[in-house]
Amino acid sequence: MTDALTELGTYLEAKRTDCVLAWDVTHDELNVDVAPASLTGFVEFLKTDSACKFSTLVDITAVDYPGRAKRFDVVYHLLSMYQNHRIRLRVSVREEDMVPSITGIHPSANWFEREVFDMFGLLFSGHPDLRRILTDYGFRGFPLRKDFPTTGYTEVRYDEAEKRVVYEPVSLVQEYRQFDFMSPWEGAEYILPGDEKKEEGAT
Amino acid sequence: MMDGSNFDDALTGEQKIRNFNINFGPQHPAAHGVLRLVLELDGEVVERCDPHIGLLHRGTEKLMESRTYLQNLPYFDRLDYVAPMNQEHAWCLAIEKLCKVEVPRRASLIRVLYCEIGRVLNHLLNVTTQALDVGALTPPLWGFEEREKLMIFYERACGARLHAAYFRPGGVHQDLPPDLLDDIEQWAHEFPNVMDDIDGLLTENRIFKQRNADIGVVTEEDILEFGFSGVMVRGSGFAWDLRRSQPYECYDEFDFQIPVGKNGDCYDRYLCRMEEMRQSVSIIKQAIAKLRDCPGDILARGKLTPPSRTDMKTSMESLIHHFKLYTEGFHVPEGEVYAAVEAPKGEFGVYLVADGSNKPYRAKLRAPGFLHLQAMDHISKGHQLADVAAIIGTMDVVFGEIDR
Repeated sequence: MTDALTELGTYLEAKRTDCVLAWDVTHDELNVDVAPASLTGFVEFLKTDSACKFSTLVDITAVDYPGRAKRFDVVYHLLSMYQNHRIRLRVSVREEDMVPSITGIHPSANWFEREVFDMFGLLFSGHPDLRRILTDYGFRGFPLRKDFPTTGYTEVRYDEAEKRVVYEPVSLVQEYRQFDFMSPWEGAEYILPGDEKKEEGAT
Repeated sequence: MMDGSNFDDALTGEQKIRNFNINFGPQHPAAHGVLRLVLELDGEVVERCDPHIGLLHRGTEKLMESRTYLQNLPYFDRLDYVAPMNQEHAWCLAIEKLCKVEVPRRASLIRVLYCEIGRVLNHLLNVTTQALDVGALTPPLWGFEEREKLMIFYERACGARLHAAYFRPGGVHQDLPPDLLDDIEQWAHEFPNVMDDIDGLLTENRIFKQRNADIGVVTEEDILEFGFSGVMVRGSGFAWDLRRSQPYECYDEFDFQIPVGKNGDCYDRYLCRMEEMRQSVSIIKQAIAKLRDCPGDILARGKLTPPSRTDMKTSMESLIHHFKLYTEGFHVPEGEVYAAVEAPKGEFGVYLVADGSNKPYRAKLRAPGFLHLQAMDHISKGHQLADVAAIIGTMDVVFGEIDR
C-alpha cells in the first residue's frame, strides 16, 4: 500500500508542482500540504484526473494549534472508490483567513464547512449558506477552539415563573476539574519549590 | 397578502396559492430521534427540505480532548447507540495504528463476531422501524424480540446491554464465558426463521412495496456528490464495502457476499439490509467455528493493556502498571491517523491527532448519517410529504452519531 501511495505522491508533485507544498506517507496514509489559494484547483484536479479519481469527499475538519502563527489546519479526507485509495489534504490558515469553499466541486462539503465554521469560526468564501449547524440557535463562541472552556459560558434551565427556558451564565458549585495524572518524571513539567536553585547551581 | 385575508383575486376570481411551510419534528415518531425538518410544501409535494440538526449535540469531540484515550472509549457507545461496538472498533483501530500494536487472533475474531452482531442489531432496528414508518406495526414487535436476545449476548460478554466498552485498544476487555459461543450458535441457527417471518410480512406486502419502490432513488452521481457510504451505496448497485475493499481486522479470511441493489430506491435498500443480515449470520457462524479452535489471550499485553489478574497479585511491577494505566493512561506517539470501519450505517471513521501525551489532541468522528441526512433536500425534492418518513427511515439516521 505504501509503495502505491508513494508513487501517487510523486505523481501529484510532478503534475501539480504549484499546488503541492509538501507531501509524505506516514502510517500508510498519504498527506499533502496545500496552500489555501490553490485548494479548489487541486481538489478539482484530484476529482477529475484518471489516476487519482478522488470522487468522494470523506471528511473536512480543522485542528487548532494556538501557538502557531497560522493557527488552524483545515484537513480534508478524500476517497476514491474506483482506485481504492485515500488522501489527506492539509491547509494551514491564520485565524482571520478565508478558506475557499469546495462546495462547487463536492456538494457534500456543505455541511462539513458549516460544521468547521460553527466549531472553529473559520469562514469559507463562496459557501452558499454558512450558518451554524450543531450548536444552539443564537449560540456564541467557537467551542472546539482550544481557548474555549469545556463548560461553556451559558447554561439553560426551565423557569417556572416565566414559563420558558432561560439562558444564564454558567455557575458551578465546584470548579470543573481537569485532572492531571501525567507522571512527574516524564511528561508534565512541574515547577516545585526549590527548582530555581538547580538553575543557579548550573551557572 | 399572505395572511389569507385577501385570498381571492377580485378580477379573475382565481385563488392565490402559496407554499406551505411545516415543521417535521423534533418530536415526531418518524423523525428517528430529534430531527427537525423545515419542509416547504406545494400542496403535498416537498419543494425544499432544510434539516436542522444539533438538538442532541453533546460536544463529544470537545470532551474527548480532556480525557485519556481509555476514558474516551465509552463515548463511542453513545454515538450510534444502535450498534455500539462497531464505533468502539474504529477508535481502537486508530490507536492501534498509531501505537503499532498487533491484536491477538482470538481478540480479533471476537471483534468480528461482535461487529456482526452489531450489524444485525442495527439492521433489525432499521428495517422494522422503517416498516413502522410506512404503516406496518408487527415487524418491530418481532424484530425487537431478536434484538433483545442479541443484547443479552452483549451483556454476557461485557456486562452491559448497550454501553459496552468491550473493545479495548489492544484487544477486548474479557474473554467470553464458556457456553456463550454455543448459545450464539444456537441463535444463529434459529434466526433465519425469524428473518423468513419478517420477509413474509414485508417483502411481497402490497402496501410496503407501494410505499417504498421508486421512492428516494439514489444514482451513482448522487453517491459521489453527497459522499454516501454503506447501504446507501450498495442499494444502487455499487459493490463498495470496506470489509472487502480495504479489509481491516481479519475480515479478509471470512467468506461472505456483498449484496447490491439495482434501482437504488428505498425498497432495494430494504432488500440489501435483509440480505446483509443473512450474510452477517454466516460470518457469525464462521467466527464461532474459528474461535473454538483458537484459544489464547485476548489482549496484547504491554503498555496499552492491563496486566493479568494473577500477575497483579504477585508482581509489584504489574500492580504499578495497572495503577498508572487506569490513572494516567497510556501515551500514544505523536502523529495523525484516519481509521475507518464499515459500520452498519456506512463508513464510520475516526481522525485522530495525537501529540504524544495521554490525551488525544483532536479527535474527529466521521459519522455516515451526517452525509446521508445532508442529501435529504436533494432526495426528497418532488416527493410527497408521506414519503419523507420513508426516506428518513431508509437513510438510517441515528442522532447520537450525527449530532455527536
